[in-house]
Amino acid sequence: MTTPTLLHGNVQAGQELPELAYPVTATTIVLGALAARDWRPMHHDKDFAVNRNGTQDIFLNTPNLASWFERYITDWTGPFGRLQRVTFRMKGSIFPGDTMVFRGAVTDSGIDAVGCGWVALDIAVSVDGDTKTSCTARVALPTAVDDNPWSRSGDRWTP
Amino acid sequence: MSAIGIDDIEGLLGESQYEEVGEFPVEQGYIWTTCSSVENGNPLFWDAEVAEAVTGGPIAPPTMVSVWFRPHHWAPNRSTPGLPLQIHFDLKEGLGLPEAVMSDNTIVFHEPVRPGDRLTTRQILKSVSDQKTTKLGTGRFWVIDVEYHNQRGDLVAVESYTGFGYRRAGTEETP
Repeated sequence: MTTPTLLHGNVQAGQELPELAYPVTATTIVLGALAARDWRPMHHDKDFAVNRNGTQDIFLNTPNLASWFERYITDWTGPFGRLQRVTFRMKGSIFPGDTMVFRGAVTDSGIDAVGCGWVALDIAVSVDGDTKTSCTARVALPTAVDDNPWSRSGDRWTP
Repeated sequence: MSAIGIDDIEGLLGESQYEEVGEFPVEQGYIWTTCSSVENGNPLFWDAEVAEAVTGGPIAPPTMVSVWFRPHHWAPNRSTPGLPLQIHFDLKEGLGLPEAVMSDNTIVFHEPVRPGDRLTTRQILKSVSDQKTTKLGTGRFWVIDVEYHNQRGDLVAVESYTGFGYRRAGTEETP
């Protein structure tokens, strides 16, 4: 029997998400580029990245970073968490040798006009304390053990 | 595909362009490749029983929506690789800005995307800024919306991209 692990009523503004630290290697960058089907050379060719783009090395591509943020959020919510919207602001790149650290907190929560519970999150991924990308997200959570945001569609889903 | 010059911008704002069907259907293997690349163990993507119980069958990670439109690096009978955010490249070319970065990206998620879906996309230019100088160089910011629908016509996602096309300080302008 699959039941929700995190309910909307158990989340309050100010609550922090567990930190995730991950050591990035060239393999991380290239795996991410291939997974996102991003064949551009600055995500796998160091010579191009340095001499053409003027960066210190190859760097994580944005769509794969979105996948990292999604993983960070749903590690916390469990499978019943359903993303409504995410906004990313890229401030700096993440390179091989960096340890990227994801931190996040709940900033707001509510029930929308069609009865769907949601929480707003501020998340950042940083390296050595410098924020590289910030993310605001809104994610739907079950309001009860028998509620499932994934069962919503059409007029009952207003992300 | 055609370059977007400064005089073309006003007429293109809000217009749907580059409607296309994905080169391949949404596939389970790529879902696993992506989950593996970020060590995402969400059972929705790995456990068929959980997927059946929670989402009525397997789905793709919502943030993968743009992945289904990045063309193969090579395909037969295609002389030049297609570009997934063509308006971005049209602006770079038409405005004479050889470099570009994406600074801001919003995705709003609607109906879930499922293996086997064949998605359609279209691109809409929303805005282009006046000339700005940042630490990267001098250029312009622009916002492009990308809408995604499935084969049943359901909206599955809308992405908004903010790009900055620029010329590095000290580089010559292409004639």
